[in-house]
Amino acid sequence: MRDQSQTGKRANMSLAMRAWNIRRKALLMGEVQGQGYIGQALGVADVLATAYFHALDHRPDAPEWEGRDRFYLSIGHYAIALYSALIEAGVLPEDELETYGMDDSRMPMSGMASYTPGMEITGGSLGQGLGIAVGAALGLKRKGNPAFVYNLMSDGELGEGSTWEAVMSATQWRLDNLICIVDFNNQQADGPTRDALAVGAEAPKWTAFGWFAQEVDGNDLDALVAAFDAARLHPEPKPRVIICNTKMCKGVDFLEAREMAHFVRVAPEEWAKALNTLEEGKPQ
Amino acid sequence: MTRDSMRRKYEPRKVAEQKVATSAMIASLAAEGYDTVSAPFGDALVAAAQQDDRIVGMSADLSKYTDMHVFANAMPDRFYQMGMAEQLLMSAASGMAREGFIPFATTYAVFASRRAYDFIAMAIAEENLPVKVVCALPGLTTGYGPSHQATEDLAIFRGLPNMVVIDPCDAADVAGMVPEIIAHDGPVYARLLRGKVPNVLTRHKPDYKFKLGRAQMIREGRDVLVISSGIMTMRALDTAEILARDNVDVAVLHVPTLKPLDVDTILDEARKSGRLVVTAENHTENGGLGEAVAKTLLLAGVTPQFRMISLPDQFLEAGALPTLHDMYGLSTTKVADQIKSWL
Repeated sequence: MRDQSQTGKRANMSLAMRAWNIRRKALLMGEVQGQGYIGQALGVADVLATAYFHALDHRPDAPEWEGRDRFYLSIGHYAIALYSALIEAGVLPEDELETYGMDDSRMPMSGMASYTPGMEITGGSLGQGLGIAVGAALGLKRKGNPAFVYNLMSDGELGEGSTWEAVMSATQWRLDNLICIVDFNNQQADGPTRDALAVGAEAPKWTAFGWFAQEVDGNDLDALVAAFDAARLHPEPKPRVIICNTKMCKGVDFLEAREMAHFVRVAPEEWAKALNTLEEGKPQ
Repeated sequence: MTRDSMRRKYEPRKVAEQKVATSAMIASLAAEGYDTVSAPFGDALVAAAQQDDRIVGMSADLSKYTDMHVFANAMPDRFYQMGMAEQLLMSAASGMAREGFIPFATTYAVFASRRAYDFIAMAIAEENLPVKVVCALPGLTTGYGPSHQATEDLAIFRGLPNMVVIDPCDAADVAGMVPEIIAHDGPVYARLLRGKVPNVLTRHKPDYKFKLGRAQMIREGRDVLVISSGIMTMRALDTAEILARDNVDVAVLHVPTLKPLDVDTILDEARKSGRLVVTAENHTENGGLGEAVAKTLLLAGVTPQFRMISLPDQFLEAGALPTLHDMYGLSTTKVADQIKSWL
């Protein structure tokens, strides 16, 4: 069960360790394949650490437990990040890490529900997760199940019209059991998200649509813990969104400094360097 | 600047010779002489839902035009109005199915097959979820033009793995398919006939019952075998009565389930020697029943004389439905003419 007292500094230090472990596992998987959405994984690691080790009610040994909070990865591309979190959480065994992206692996390059325990939906066709989450939130209410549905989406998905269909429907149905997390790293396939569609004023926009909206530094664990708590405990019958401003490649400074790119290229010899760099920043 | 390929139809037209004044969205499909049943889908869904708590109804602002309003009125707390948002309709139905429900999601066939396709493919079919997508205005059943004429829906959904695809003929099919598709634990795309729907099949075969995945002989005949789905089975049966007067004996094999196709029954009937084999479908010639049957026959090395009745590979005209069925060869008269020309 969640323990609301576990929001002090010590717990956050533990979260910092979790986030560091998620980053490290993602780098190890990236090294296996020589590629992967590593920039996004490093950027979203703090969000996933907060989700899996603070907010979500789940049982690592029973990923389909009926009472679990549902966690949807709308951005299937981020599979490497979620696998890292699922391994860190004990849903997936650590030794499967080396199978990432291999033939017959349970961890394909893009997240699919039929492959991986704990991967609730097949993401990757962007703009679908939030609509599925609306249906699941309606279904949970119908069953009287108090679980939350979390949907992790990217800023690029704000460009999909289907996202806004779901945004309006969640308000219409007063889905206070739906928590949307937007990983705003301002990077989509062809360049900065802010240069592609009229993205901006994110929190006011969601608020205007009837949501309880928060915008936070998505690499600040204290801010994330507070935002997840506020999202879960907010008293109004509204859906909730946390817009997380994250930094691509966070935690590996030489990659952070690299020209921003949707698919960060890492040379073969650089994986070890990246792991060493991460090691230097290991939380005490 | 206009290009020849975009040529418009702007020339004024006279109304003096106009034969039919209606181009209603939902035109009556029943040929003369058939009794009709009102909203067979809505009543069947209510009856099924009374036995099964998992069933919920969902629509995207078209409940009244898909007979879903019957369910919504009978069970208001189990109906979900998703607004004019078909992508959301299918995504949310996926979410509902994940939580253990059996959602019936209704809209028009054009919107499901075109606008919402990716959502049906990835959120529903890829995970084999039991969402039943039931869609009105299949093929050429409205005079509203291409925006509402779903002439390629069967081709689209036949191409989707895990999808069961149904093209019902009449009220017996529409009512009968409801419990059958609930019993099937997976996704279904079913064309829907709504409003006043004719009773065709039981008139010709009193003990007829829809069976998922089964083709059924409705009428025996020595000279021609028509293999048909949807409303074209009604046309085939009416045509058989007309051609009987000319001593042409027409058999009709009704194939309401296009996928999985009842290959065994189709081959058994097509192997009976000497008969012209004609497929008839309310759908473009591409990717529907005709091509599915042709593939079935060729792979089995069965090569009767073979012809197809279908819609052309075109965006169709607007107009009154009887006019359009005549124009594109789906009316009983035109079906009879085509078959006679091939004998």
